[in-house]
Amino acid sequence: MTTPQQPHPAPAAPQQQPAPHQQVQTLQAPQPQQGQPQAGGGFAHAGYTSPIPIRPTHIGHALASEWTKIKSVRSTMWTLTVMVALVVGIGLLTAVGIAGGDTDLEGESPLAFGFFGMLLGVLCVITLGVLAVSSEYSTGMIRTTLTACPSRSRVLAAKAIVFFALTFVVTLACTAVVGFIGDSMLSDNPGAGETGGSAWFKATVGVSLYVALLGLLALSVGSMLRHSAGAITIMIGVVLLPLVLALFMRGDALEDVREALFEYSVPSQLGIMFSNTVVDSGPSGWDPLLIILVVTGAALAAAFSVLEKRDV
Amino acid sequence: MIELVGLTKRYGDKLAVDRLTFTVRPGMVTGFLGPNGAGKSTTMRMMLDLDNPTAGDVRIDGKHYRQLRDPLKHIGALLDAKAMHGGRSAYNHLLCLAQSNGIPTSRVSEVLDTVGLSSVAKKRSKGFSLGMGQRLGIAGALLGDPEILMFDEPVNGLDPEGIHWIRHLMKNLAGQGRTVFVSSHLMSEMALTADHLVVIGQGKLMADTSMAEFIAQNSRSYVRVRTPDHERMREALASAGHTAVVAPDGALEVDGADAAQLGELAARHQVVLHELSPQRASLEEAFMQLTAESVEYHAHAGPAGAHPLAAGAPYGGAAPGAAPGAVPPGAVPPGGGGYPPQAQPPQAYPPQGPPPGQPGGPGQQGQAGQPGQAGQPGQQGGWGADWQRKKGS
Repeated sequence: MTTPQQPHPAPAAPQQQPAPHQQVQTLQAPQPQQGQPQAGGGFAHAGYTSPIPIRPTHIGHALASEWTKIKSVRSTMWTLTVMVALVVGIGLLTAVGIAGGDTDLEGESPLAFGFFGMLLGVLCVITLGVLAVSSEYSTGMIRTTLTACPSRSRVLAAKAIVFFALTFVVTLACTAVVGFIGDSMLSDNPGAGETGGSAWFKATVGVSLYVALLGLLALSVGSMLRHSAGAITIMIGVVLLPLVLALFMRGDALEDVREALFEYSVPSQLGIMFSNTVVDSGPSGWDPLLIILVVTGAALAAAFSVLEKRDV
Repeated sequence: MIELVGLTKRYGDKLAVDRLTFTVRPGMVTGFLGPNGAGKSTTMRMMLDLDNPTAGDVRIDGKHYRQLRDPLKHIGALLDAKAMHGGRSAYNHLLCLAQSNGIPTSRVSEVLDTVGLSSVAKKRSKGFSLGMGQRLGIAGALLGDPEILMFDEPVNGLDPEGIHWIRHLMKNLAGQGRTVFVSSHLMSEMALTADHLVVIGQGKLMADTSMAEFIAQNSRSYVRVRTPDHERMREALASAGHTAVVAPDGALEVDGADAAQLGELAARHQVVLHELSPQRASLEEAFMQLTAESVEYHAHAGPAGAHPLAAGAPYGGAAPGAAPGAVPPGAVPPGGGGYPPQAQPPQAYPPQGPPPGQPGGPGQQGQAGQPGQAGQPGQQGGWGADWQRKKGS
């Protein structure tokens, strides 16, 4: 009964086994055979051999797996739908409100009016980024995931790549639509800035990179905190708190801090990416992208090292 | 084939798993048995490299788990019934697992069929019952058609039909030459499925034996005698060289005697018998006795529940080599004040009860978490203590 059998082609096919109640009485029988499987290293040919071919896995398998995961939960669909609605909807409303021929844009690019919608859309991206990892912890899925793929860095890398690509593409589509709306409705307004190729590139690809990197920061924080609500709260704090603090900071002694908080806050940086400059000093041009790249890189590196060490 | 060598896991002060060394062999079902909190799940998580061991090593077919490139084809595990995202459909849950290991997509439908979930494949697992979740978890374990299978408490919360199904599944899998490793806290369940037994208590290895050996060593047979003429029967038994123990309901239990012999003995002494029945202690009792001193969380009922504060001494049994009867510092919670030294056992046991020379520690009877070495009758509290006393007398 306990003697290893020949490899069986069909795993589902049951083999003749004694009924459970006979088991107890007949247990004396297998005792002499007990030593057989391990004697002389015999287990090597004794075990079961699966008919499924064994191919070494690589990051591509993990990417396919993570893509299936992210598209098969409703939270992805919901957060991205809300994001598109906010970005495009608010962009459209802003353009309709300003268009009409008499509002002076004072040199502002018509593309920059996607900023308000995108600021709210960022909150959806953050939520999605956090949930992409932390939902695995809250549901216990992470244990199944890491059992299936013991290389933890591969799992996190695949998650980060899939999430980044998805957010980038969705944001790019949104910014392109909003940019097109702004350009077509506002370019006749007095004082409208020029909308050349580089302005278009920065307001679409640049902004999308910035937003996707911010989402990746949220993913890293979610991976380190392993708690959805906590990580989302922290990320919303990171986005909004500096600006709020700066607003309520009084006194000359704090002037520099106030200035820094204001200039380096996420809304201001996002504004710069839309070339809708809120402040005249501080980072400008493509600087915000560089800053978020460094911050996200550091957070992601920390997330990798923590994930490797921790128990799940 | 899974080999554990000196596997240890420490959480702060607490040693959850203490130098476990054993081997899980192919072609049979190995039962991994221990009371709640004994460290079974922690051990299994370390086997899958989910938790890092404090010391020691686990090898799966000679390799570390992290070295496995496509682990699902080597080892399938069911850890929690619901270690899955509730918002994902059963099919997609298995699909993402299959993709991560390069398993053909066709296997997903196959295993869903095997576990009988084909009809709900497109449903989100959030709405699944515990049994369905368990089946989906097993489907995930079977996905890669692995040679090693690990199930953590697979029958928990299942209905009889589901339990029956899992039992047969495990036997079939082992029959195909696979390594099957199943944890449980139910001895009765293991008796029906396992060929080999690994018993742990408070993280320590207590037994690593074949099921048959365990049964032979641990099942105690005795004869139960009920009579209105207690004293004369006891005298008769003593004259014939038998020792009797009084059961809580007043019946006499005679170890190692033949029922026919006792009947004849009673007839010779003209003692009226109301009952004469050969009994066999269940494996459940044998298991309880084996792990009695290591049970972490005691429930108190009956005579043993006379000191509810004793439940506050969960780690008392962890001190190895502690003098029997000695209460370790902190084992008795403040306010408990120990047990009155004069505390009498709630039931009058025959003088043979505690063997002579036994240290008369306070509160010998019904004390939970009392450190005591196995084979020191009368020392253990909690589960199996009653039986332990009987066996020792």
